[in-house]
Amino acid sequence: MTRGRWFAPALVVALALALTFLTLPVVAIFVRTSPGNLLGALDDPGVLDALWLSLRTTLIAVAIIVLLGTPTAYLLATRTFRGHSLVVTLIELPLVLPPAVAGVGLLAALGPNGIVGGMIADTGVRLVFETAGVVVALTFVAAPFFIRGAQAAFGAVDRSWLEASRTLGASEARTFLRVAIPAAAPGMLAGLALAWGRAVGEFGATLIFAGSFRGRTQTAPLAIYERLGTDFDAALALSAVLVAVAGSLLLTAKLLGGRGMARAAR
Amino acid sequence: MLRVEARTTLGGFDLDAAVEVPAGGCLALAGPSGAGKSTLLRIAAGLLRPHHGHVTCGDDVWLDTASGRQVAPELRACGYVFQDYALFGHMAVWQNVAYGLRGVARGARRRRAEELLERFGIAHLADERPRTLSGGERQRVALARALAPRPRVLLLDEPLSALDARTRASASRELAGVLRDTGVPALLVTHDFTEAAVLGDRVAVIDGGRIVQQGTAGELAATPASAFVADFTGAVVLTGVARPSSGPDDVTVVDLDGGGVATSTDRGSGPVALSVHPWEIALEPAGARSEGSAQNHLDAEVVTVTHIGNRVRVGLTAPQPFVAEITGAAVGGLHLAPGVLVTATWKATATRLVSL
Repeated sequence: MTRGRWFAPALVVALALALTFLTLPVVAIFVRTSPGNLLGALDDPGVLDALWLSLRTTLIAVAIIVLLGTPTAYLLATRTFRGHSLVVTLIELPLVLPPAVAGVGLLAALGPNGIVGGMIADTGVRLVFETAGVVVALTFVAAPFFIRGAQAAFGAVDRSWLEASRTLGASEARTFLRVAIPAAAPGMLAGLALAWGRAVGEFGATLIFAGSFRGRTQTAPLAIYERLGTDFDAALALSAVLVAVAGSLLLTAKLLGGRGMARAAR
Repeated sequence: MLRVEARTTLGGFDLDAAVEVPAGGCLALAGPSGAGKSTLLRIAAGLLRPHHGHVTCGDDVWLDTASGRQVAPELRACGYVFQDYALFGHMAVWQNVAYGLRGVARGARRRRAEELLERFGIAHLADERPRTLSGGERQRVALARALAPRPRVLLLDEPLSALDARTRASASRELAGVLRDTGVPALLVTHDFTEAAVLGDRVAVIDGGRIVQQGTAGELAATPASAFVADFTGAVVLTGVARPSSGPDDVTVVDLDGGGVATSTDRGSGPVALSVHPWEIALEPAGARSEGSAQNHLDAEVVTVTHIGNRVRVGLTAPQPFVAEITGAAVGGLHLAPGVLVTATWKATATRLVSL
């Protein structure tokens, strides 16, 4: 073989191996059983309960994340202050935290004997082993995905647009609503899709903080785990649904992210 | 009347400047990049707070660091034209113009925006997005948007620098008309002295955060306070009307405003600005006519004589003010002094024409 002719084929081989390894499990979910079995398993009320709970809790969590994360991201993108990078790092920490650690941390903070658990109990709100606890766990692990995306999107908005808005008589709040958010929308939606994807797949923190009670805290990933030994077809059916959800969220994020980049480059 | 006074430090750079613009006047802040021109503009608009400063518009105090008073940018009613125009990309052209219209009924907003666009000859672009527009069109949208809320002050940051050379002449002519018509104080930033001379009725040259000289463009060119101002002023600008050319090889003949005739090898017709570098102009005793086919001869009276190093700047009136820069050796036989009559000569090939 001629010297130097091996490198390009080696790259192709690496890609082929990576692609096979990364897609094989996903493909297997759909080919392991017949489509009829998959649809049949979805008739199980427990499976439907888990999907319905996942939908509700992730939607609420995403709504909280957007309401709280959007102003946070705007502040971090438009202002510099002492300790700015420290704040950003702290907000991003849940990204790299093991989910089990997140669950233990939530218990230690918000649980019955947690450092602010007493205050929460006094208001009559119960989190541990409750649906509200699922929302808390999802919000905790997914929020950084949205805040990071939104911060980058706000940072890419031309500063002179914000200044132009001010000189045209708009207050900072109006500038935020009328100029910054619409201009950053594609990047924010991309971040939202990633956060939602993370929330849908959440397992460890939810299990530790909220437990796995059917209809109350058992989201789709927890239901998959419970059925693994007893009803593999149901586990496969739930998995197939989650693959479809995750795939469409990733695609959405890619499309919107691409649009955001193109807009920022202009 | 707009008054801006500011002393501030920005990342190792000191700004210490004060300017004043009367109603209906346009002061051009001219200087090299990094001189602090835009900073002063941003302070006037309230987009930047100086360490020490005082900004007033008429009787209203917009900023007084001594008493801690600071009016938010949105309450200052400044029409600001940004260097890159800063048009909102997610809005149609008409929405950009309507953005600053407050207290106007929803239905009337579009009509008002379209009236303004009409005034700038771009009503047909009302539904376009800014990114599909040419540089000249964007500049007109930016102007229409800045004027829509009827500002009390116009602030323009390099309003022509984003345009290509071909569009710049017509945009400059249009902008001069707008500045005349609005009747509010206008503060304009530019790095180009010719632009400052055409658009501003007064020019303040700013360098290193200090205003080094202020006056009409003619005064600055004729009696520069420093070598920096002399170099910065660059070309002499005279205005006039070009006669229709009689043949393709002919020079263009320009009847200068106020009297006199000049020629240029550039093409042009109608109102023009004629520019020539001071060092291209030679001075001869009045009445002397050295021969030369494409030579300009303009009788003028000496107003000022300023020595800058080994050069001599001679301010002249013909009666338009202009300036010649000659070597010390060339001064010898001319007995230059205010009141002396001379003939200024320069080549038609050294004369540029810009349509006005």
